[in-house]
Amino acid sequence: MAINYLYPDYEVIRNQQRCINCRVCERQCANEVHRYDEELKMMVSDESKCVNCHRCVALCPTRALKIVKTDNTFKENANWTGEAITDVYRQAGTGGVLLASMGTPKNYPVYWDRMLINASQVTNPSIDPLREPMETTTFLGQKSAKIRRNPDGSINTKTTPQLKLSVPVMFSAMSYGSISYNAHKSLALAAQKLGIFYNTGEGGLHEDFYQYGPNTIVQVASGRFGVHPGYLKAGAAIEIKMGQGAKPGIGGHLPGAKIVGDVSKTRMIPQGTDAISPAPHHDIYSIEDLRQLVFMLKEATNYEKPVIVKIAAVHNVSAIASGVARSGADIIAIDGFRGGTGAAPARTRDNVGIPIELALACVDRRLREEGIRNNVSIVIGGSIRNSADIVKAIALGADAVYVATSALIALGCHLCRTCHLGKCNWGIATQRPDLVKRLNPEVGSERLVNLINAWNHEIKEMMGGMGINSIEALRGNRLMLRGIGLTEKELQILGILHAGE
Amino acid sequence: MTELQEDYPQEGEVRIPSGCAISGIFSRNGKRFGGQDAIRSIAVMHDRSNGLGGGYAGYGIYPEYKDYYAFHVFYYDNDAKNTCEKFFDEHFDVINLSKIPIRKHPRITDEPLIWRYFVTPLPTKLAASQLDEEEYVVRCVIKVNTDIKGAYVFSSGKNMGVFKAVGFPEDVGEFYRLDEYEGYAWTVHGRYPTNTPGWWGGAHPFALLDYTVVHNGEISSYDANRRFIEMFGYRCTLQTDTEVITYMIDYLHRKQCLTLDEVAHVIAAPFWSTIAMMPEERQKEYIYLRNTFASMLITGPFSIILGFNGGLMALNDRLKLRSLVAAEKGDMVYLASEESAIRIVEPDPDRIWYPRGGEPVIVTLSETGKKVVAAESK
Amino acid sequence: MKRVYVNEQWCLGCHLCEYFCAFANSGQSDMARALKDAVICPRIKVEEHDGISFAVNCRHCTEPLCVKSCIAGALSVKDGLIVIDQDKCVGCFSCIMSCPFGALMPSDTGVMQKCELCTSNSAGKPACVQGCPNRAIVFEER
Repeated sequence: MAINYLYPDYEVIRNQQRCINCRVCERQCANEVHRYDEELKMMVSDESKCVNCHRCVALCPTRALKIVKTDNTFKENANWTGEAITDVYRQAGTGGVLLASMGTPKNYPVYWDRMLINASQVTNPSIDPLREPMETTTFLGQKSAKIRRNPDGSINTKTTPQLKLSVPVMFSAMSYGSISYNAHKSLALAAQKLGIFYNTGEGGLHEDFYQYGPNTIVQVASGRFGVHPGYLKAGAAIEIKMGQGAKPGIGGHLPGAKIVGDVSKTRMIPQGTDAISPAPHHDIYSIEDLRQLVFMLKEATNYEKPVIVKIAAVHNVSAIASGVARSGADIIAIDGFRGGTGAAPARTRDNVGIPIELALACVDRRLREEGIRNNVSIVIGGSIRNSADIVKAIALGADAVYVATSALIALGCHLCRTCHLGKCNWGIATQRPDLVKRLNPEVGSERLVNLINAWNHEIKEMMGGMGINSIEALRGNRLMLRGIGLTEKELQILGILHAGE
Repeated sequence: MTELQEDYPQEGEVRIPSGCAISGIFSRNGKRFGGQDAIRSIAVMHDRSNGLGGGYAGYGIYPEYKDYYAFHVFYYDNDAKNTCEKFFDEHFDVINLSKIPIRKHPRITDEPLIWRYFVTPLPTKLAASQLDEEEYVVRCVIKVNTDIKGAYVFSSGKNMGVFKAVGFPEDVGEFYRLDEYEGYAWTVHGRYPTNTPGWWGGAHPFALLDYTVVHNGEISSYDANRRFIEMFGYRCTLQTDTEVITYMIDYLHRKQCLTLDEVAHVIAAPFWSTIAMMPEERQKEYIYLRNTFASMLITGPFSIILGFNGGLMALNDRLKLRSLVAAEKGDMVYLASEESAIRIVEPDPDRIWYPRGGEPVIVTLSETGKKVVAAESK
Repeated sequence: MKRVYVNEQWCLGCHLCEYFCAFANSGQSDMARALKDAVICPRIKVEEHDGISFAVNCRHCTEPLCVKSCIAGALSVKDGLIVIDQDKCVGCFSCIMSCPFGALMPSDTGVMQKCELCTSNSAGKPACVQGCPNRAIVFEER
């Protein structure tokens, strides 16, 4: 029906002078945008199918392709933007909820970009990481509140279980199912090589990956997919997922099309059924229930694994975090609203939750005010894009960061935000075997290792510049930050001074 | 306060980095000696100060009141004094009070009212607080310093005292007539703050109970340390490195009962690579300490001399980014930023050395010394 | 000796190796110019069947049947590498008949051509390896 017609968002521009008809674009596009016209003896494109994933652009050997945003436009209107109008058309046509993937593309403030980092001059020497030791090793877990001594006077060094990270970065939860076997394998291999951790997400752990257990965080979410005693014991830590930054207040959603073969087996659910996690955990309606689950998991694993509670950054996040810190959890993971997802209702993704910078600042302050900051480690995620974001996060008070979108980008993701369609041309967010094989885990893990090592170098450079040679001296060191172009209120919440002060 | 001072943000309202000179002299055998050696020692390092602060800590100087907390207090007006004394009366039994004797000095001006009180906690109040005696005293001192405007308790230990002022340290020593006191240990500090006029309370040593710290350096971990230690009831009102270091040492040594050696290995922890080379048991202990007190690691340059009843500890940051020299002659121990500051007092030491970064020099009273100090106190 | 190996697990059947091969051996500096409207005749060929794909080129056998069968002495082994002297080739197809991998083929001039691991063109390193988007083709010692 004409009323439902939407002009494509993107146009495929082919430079016919450069096109050699090698047809790699055709072969590599799972959306079937490109086609060779035998009569015309040339490649043609159907841009209505294009999701702008850049697979064809990246593989075209003669740079004959580019994707541009269409200049087709509605009558200009600052309120009724083209997107607002087409969303109405879509919903009027289908009666459905609009689905989207990855983090919100909306123009909300990115506070990382409004904070600047300090460096030493004169009164305090900067330190050269190439010539002096520069430490980024981080332990996550509860810290002993009181020193105990053995009868011989030596310190009793027994602690609750801890996670040791060589760099304060971990790969955050992405389930097997939402991402491919090869994507998972890349993350597992990289985590092992880097001495950090990756996270199973809520889809269980493929039996091939039990060997990476010492570098695995196993997640228990409201759907309890793939959870069994062996799974809990396989990981180095257990994460209870209470919420996700991209979709606070709702559970995970994996379309049935992705529940095939091993995914169904690993999740322990029938093939082709939608895996829809309940919005809450139905055994956790309050904080005391959370405490019970925390200890249930600890009992099940003989108190050998730290328990992480992952929450979405919402308005009262500091009160929630305070409760979690007293629940017996070892680590709180806070996920900001710019965080990614494999599938979420677009309205939720774009409108629910708060930025991670503000959430982190207020949680860290609240826990310190209550004197319980040492009860838990804080891990934050929700769009950490580079090493400067990490330095700023740690200076605000985080112990470590979770990255997922950056990791996927390292694996080839071009942020086309159509993971929910299951036809990821980069072999990441798909279960189609011909697409999955496009991600060679050897290449993928190498790129992840490169990325984190590069970031580690940069973190060390910036730390050295500040005259800090160990990451713990940066943690919560908010004097190392200054705001730029922020209001009094924002500065107050972030607990930092403005540049020039 | 002068007009100029009111125009600038005051100590405590802004963080003031400063360079400095430090020196310490200690008799292991508890032999008491006057403050003049400390004055001579710091005077040699005149160029390391800029006249904006100097101070001393003497140990064993009040044997006749050894069971009482000696409070040294600055008052900026009589109202502050009245309010503070009322507070003292409500919380302590004040055994003795007097002005601290001074000698007018041309280069020391604008002095506040400087008073000394020997006190002991009121037993009923102490019992009602459910705190141990020292914690009770600490909380009272912090209360005065944060809540009573114009009053500042700058010394609060037993049988020891801090004397400090804005000025060059050698002038400060004369101002306070330190040649008239005798102690078995002295530490001294000359300050080189890099902005704002100095404030008397901001001079060093910084003290809490009998812990005193003189410090040279600018720590880059300041805010990480501060935000951590403030979880345990401390308030870093002065925003100086010395203050936060003192609180950390108080927390680790008094509250967590770590030995001084362990304290040193928390605040100037060995590198992970060094720990990895240690024997297994030791390794476990060091990992434990670094992990448990991660936020108490101090980075950036510092050399400190910690004074406490019965001893001194000198410590450098783990990269040794500030100078620190130690020497011995008989039972005497000398610690200073520069060797010259030792040689002026003891030209011919038996041994002189440069402590390694992160390796503490801890000296305490010998058995004889302990007996001597105890006997004098009677 | 380093050889080109292909791992069918990662071969996507994108055929880019063929185009990079054709370009490397075209003697030209611009790929579009070299291959525009051309029917390419690469020395590596992607075989596909049942969803499995695999790029095949000369294996540089230690006991090469093609060299044995060559009636003109055009094929020879040089430091383990099997090279062809196209000036000597008479186009008898004996090598094509004898090669079990189908790694030799006629060039557009009629004489035979084969993969020489890009040693005789300007690519330097095997162009198929460099152009493979999924590291399915590797150049290594085994």
